[in-house]
Amino acid sequence: MKNLKMSIAAMLLLAVSFTNAQEKKKMNHDHGDMKMDHSKMSTMKSDAKTEAILSDYFNLKNALVADDTKKAAQAGSKLVVSLKAFDTDSYSKENQEELEDIIEDAVEHAEHISESAIDHQREHFKTLSKDITDLVAITGTKNTLYQQFCPMYDKGSAWLSTSKEVKNPYYGSRMLKCGKVQKTIQ
Amino acid sequence: MRIVKIIAIILLVAFVGIQFIPTTRNQSDTVPLTDFMLVNNVPKTIQKKLQVSCYDCHSNNTQYPWYNKIQPVAWFLEDHIKEGKAELNFSEWDSLSSRRKASKLRSIVKQIEAGEMPLDSYTLIHKEAVFSEEEAKEVINFMTELKDSL
Repeated sequence: MKNLKMSIAAMLLLAVSFTNAQEKKKMNHDHGDMKMDHSKMSTMKSDAKTEAILSDYFNLKNALVADDTKKAAQAGSKLVVSLKAFDTDSYSKENQEELEDIIEDAVEHAEHISESAIDHQREHFKTLSKDITDLVAITGTKNTLYQQFCPMYDKGSAWLSTSKEVKNPYYGSRMLKCGKVQKTIQ
Repeated sequence: MRIVKIIAIILLVAFVGIQFIPTTRNQSDTVPLTDFMLVNNVPKTIQKKLQVSCYDCHSNNTQYPWYNKIQPVAWFLEDHIKEGKAELNFSEWDSLSSRRKASKLRSIVKQIEAGEMPLDSYTLIHKEAVFSEEEAKEVINFMTELKDSL
């Protein structure tokens, strides 16, 4: 009987390690897909790559405004891809380092957003917004952007928007209008 | 009952067999110059808490209890540590840029605040790793100040 108990325990432990290994395989697979997207994107012009990042960022922001976790997660995954596709070659050496640093940080936040609940998504969105703001400060953008600020969320938090009208991504429907335009970026 | 006995024996042999498959241990004799404790002025009490609660999965040096040397527990752990170190490695702290440090400190504070770290699966066995309210406050204050000083 003792042996039987042992064998059941061993079997369970084996099962756990097998599922673990399978998960790892799946993760590697996803990675491969991402790489394909990367090469597809690299035919685009560098400006277009900034715009692609911004477009994904705004989709993410709008999803958070709408309290839509699922859409925010999807936008987060897309943002990971467009961030990784960014090409720093045409910038000065100093800017290249800064941009690579920004991208690395932003990718991490976007990854977390792609797999988290809404509260956690909003936490990461705050730091992500800082990264994207710093990115645009170097790359510039063809559209006018508005840096908006909500003094209530986490001792004050900013985000970017394409519209002057404030729609708060940190609170969504709970406090949609909280915030003001802090800066216009042209 | 006879067949059960045979299966049990086969599994037992397998269990013993997998013990001989080597695993990489996350252990190092030296503390790199980039270690969080070396580059920051960390108070003794906080040092100890971080060592006990975080360093097993978030540094280059894990303190392995005996049962973690047994397969397949050791495999499960190896995976865990790999993931933990990818997310945050205190041993290589100073190789991060200020931006990255700020991000990590932010996450550290949020994770402790929300009680998400240390993981439940870890504190289940490592009771001493649990943060008391007092300890959490102390560490959170320290990390917040560090972030603001970057």
